[in-house]
Amino acid sequence: MTASATIHSEATRRQADAWRRQTSLRRFYTALGVGLLLVAMFATMWFADEANAGHFFERLPHILDFLSWLIPQDWNDVWRALFDIASPHDKGTQEFNFPLGRVYVWGGFYIPEYFELMLTTINVALVSTFIGFVFAVPFSFIAARNLTPSPILRLVVKRFMELLRAFPEIVIAGLFAAIVSIGPVAAIIAIGLHSIGALGKLFYEINENIDMRPEEGLRAVGANWVERVRFADLPQVLPNFMSYTLLRIEINVRISTIMGAVGGGGIGEELKLAISRGFGAKTLALVLLLFVTIFLVDQFSAWLRRKLVGEQAFLMSA
Amino acid sequence: MATTMTADEISAIEGRHPQIFKRPAYRRFWPLLLIAGTVFYLAYALWFFSLPQVLKESHWERLPLFLSQWISYDLQPEFRLDQPQITPKYPRFSALGENPNPDWVIRNPDGTYTVQIDGEAKSVTFDKSKAVIVAHGETVPISLTGGKPQVTGPVPGWVTVHDDEVVAKMGFVGEVRVTVDRVKVRKRFLGWANFVFDTRSPFFGKSAGEVFSLIVSGPELKPGTSNLALAADNIWNNAQWQHGDVWTKLLQTIVMAFLGTLLGGIVAFPLAFFAARNITPSGLLSQVLKRFFDFMRSVDMLIWALFFTRAFGPGPLAGSAAIFFTEIGTLGKTYSEALENIDDKPREGVLSTGANGILVQRYGVLPEVVPIFISQTLYQWESNTRGATIIGAVGAGGIGLKLWEAMRTNSNWANVFYMVLLTLAVVFIFDNISNFLRRRLSRTLHDYNRLQAAQG
Repeated sequence: MTASATIHSEATRRQADAWRRQTSLRRFYTALGVGLLLVAMFATMWFADEANAGHFFERLPHILDFLSWLIPQDWNDVWRALFDIASPHDKGTQEFNFPLGRVYVWGGFYIPEYFELMLTTINVALVSTFIGFVFAVPFSFIAARNLTPSPILRLVVKRFMELLRAFPEIVIAGLFAAIVSIGPVAAIIAIGLHSIGALGKLFYEINENIDMRPEEGLRAVGANWVERVRFADLPQVLPNFMSYTLLRIEINVRISTIMGAVGGGGIGEELKLAISRGFGAKTLALVLLLFVTIFLVDQFSAWLRRKLVGEQAFLMSA
Repeated sequence: MATTMTADEISAIEGRHPQIFKRPAYRRFWPLLLIAGTVFYLAYALWFFSLPQVLKESHWERLPLFLSQWISYDLQPEFRLDQPQITPKYPRFSALGENPNPDWVIRNPDGTYTVQIDGEAKSVTFDKSKAVIVAHGETVPISLTGGKPQVTGPVPGWVTVHDDEVVAKMGFVGEVRVTVDRVKVRKRFLGWANFVFDTRSPFFGKSAGEVFSLIVSGPELKPGTSNLALAADNIWNNAQWQHGDVWTKLLQTIVMAFLGTLLGGIVAFPLAFFAARNITPSGLLSQVLKRFFDFMRSVDMLIWALFFTRAFGPGPLAGSAAIFFTEIGTLGKTYSEALENIDDKPREGVLSTGANGILVQRYGVLPEVVPIFISQTLYQWESNTRGATIIGAVGAGGIGLKLWEAMRTNSNWANVFYMVLLTLAVVFIFDNISNFLRRRLSRTLHDYNRLQAAQG
């Protein structure tokens, strides 16, 4: 320390005081914020516990009892349930009637029931993501500030997409269940409409951040709106669009599973049944299949996204 | 002032940009392959979901009906003609209450009844022997004496004559059905019936001014209870709209999303440090934790919801726990990815002063990642507020189950719309809160992004 540092001028001291005051004020606000958050957390915990059918501390000692039905008496039953192979424990009850669900394709060749249901769930997710993509792309060009000059048109499209995004999917699914009959088609419409809103928002935000120089170049040679969008905007944004669409597929597989549990077809319904009836082997088979599928879809999509846009895909998803 | 390029100039440009003009075949054709694959897949999906069949059997004519039921209600008085005295009968729990006496059902001096469905222009007048339906500027007399209803004169397009029944459709406002022994009228009103007080309430049918004066200075309608408390109780327990139940369930949905996300964040926060490659002391631990996060994410929210519903019973506790478990995975993954992308220099700086492990994290890492963490948590909170509605439908508490039940009967669309509006309002409000908070953070985030960019 040099001597100059020990000389405390009036100005330095005032500065140090101000800094100290500021820091303690900030600490106070941080503590206040954390305190409020903790109060809110305990209040909501109490509220959730009160409103629940069974209470947390009352059920906690039994949580492992509840898992006991999940352990099958014969672990091989899990494989049998998965591949629809007859079980020696079959006494005609629903718990072990594995071969009943076989979907025969060609002679003796069959697709096991759960794989068929999983395929339905994945197809629902893929088709609805496709619907979302097809409508979200044109909407996103119309909604982007830098591409569409009309503020009214932009506002209408943006609000419309916002509505689609916020509208609870089960209501759309319920509405269309009454029109096209309960099942996967109603789920596709519901998830598809939601995807239009969700993808549209992400897409137009990408559109608004593009480099406008190619667009100006095309404008200078007299290209019309469609041509400008096609040749200046689309090449810049397509990798990002694809990346978000892949991310959407991951989300939609999950949503379509849940939709299945409320009547949208696919694996969700069977899972709900198996868990509520306490069919251990069937539940484990379904959970295993669902887990592996979702894991593979996630990994594949992550790999593809990394190839498309690099590490950026993972920063942006935040 | 068009300029023409010579062949030499063209080939010179081609030579300078081989990556554009001389692309390998697979690069040129992959978009085409992608489109072909998509078309092929769609054809397969068409077959898989037997879409033509489903669309053929669908009832699109129900859509406008359901949508109109979202914002309207109908009254269905029925008039028996085979009794000595014609009297209007209303279904039980009709929106008019126990003593209906609407001014659009008119008893004429000559003993006939007139029901005005849309004023004079759309109405039906009848006694035991004949009925006269007026609509669309036309008058259709129906004779009821011949054992079955018979239209005398030409039958317009809006009237359908069945064997024993004549149906006159009048569009949105309603319809009239006439048989020899009864006349059924359906009259549709825009709006929600009895939204504030149901028909059992002593305040039912009173104007806002009357209710106000009753509350302020009226005699006690129910002895021992102030009128204000009675009115509040009547509104909260409105049998038709179930305001109390709906709002409680809505609060449950909000709580599920809040609690699940917050707890998930609290648990994921320390774990993420051990999962981040650049911070963790052990590579094995990092791998184990990352696979654990993947596991929590991949065991879907639905599975967690079903499990916890079985463990704790249906209710928001099960829903919160399901979101909590999924969120450990999601937030853990995003947190650790954010940690792996930090700038190492501040950390090295703090390390070089001889600070211990925790102090290094506190002063070298945290300031950089906290805004990102909070932003990601808020984003998840937002999306869980929407997601909590759906998992509610499988019994995990909240408004989802109520919505699903109201829809299943296909008759309660106004209630569904009420709940949808509330849900939309909640999503809108929480989106804005989250957006506002994230914008406050964005300055810090901006600095972070600039650093990232500078780093390459």
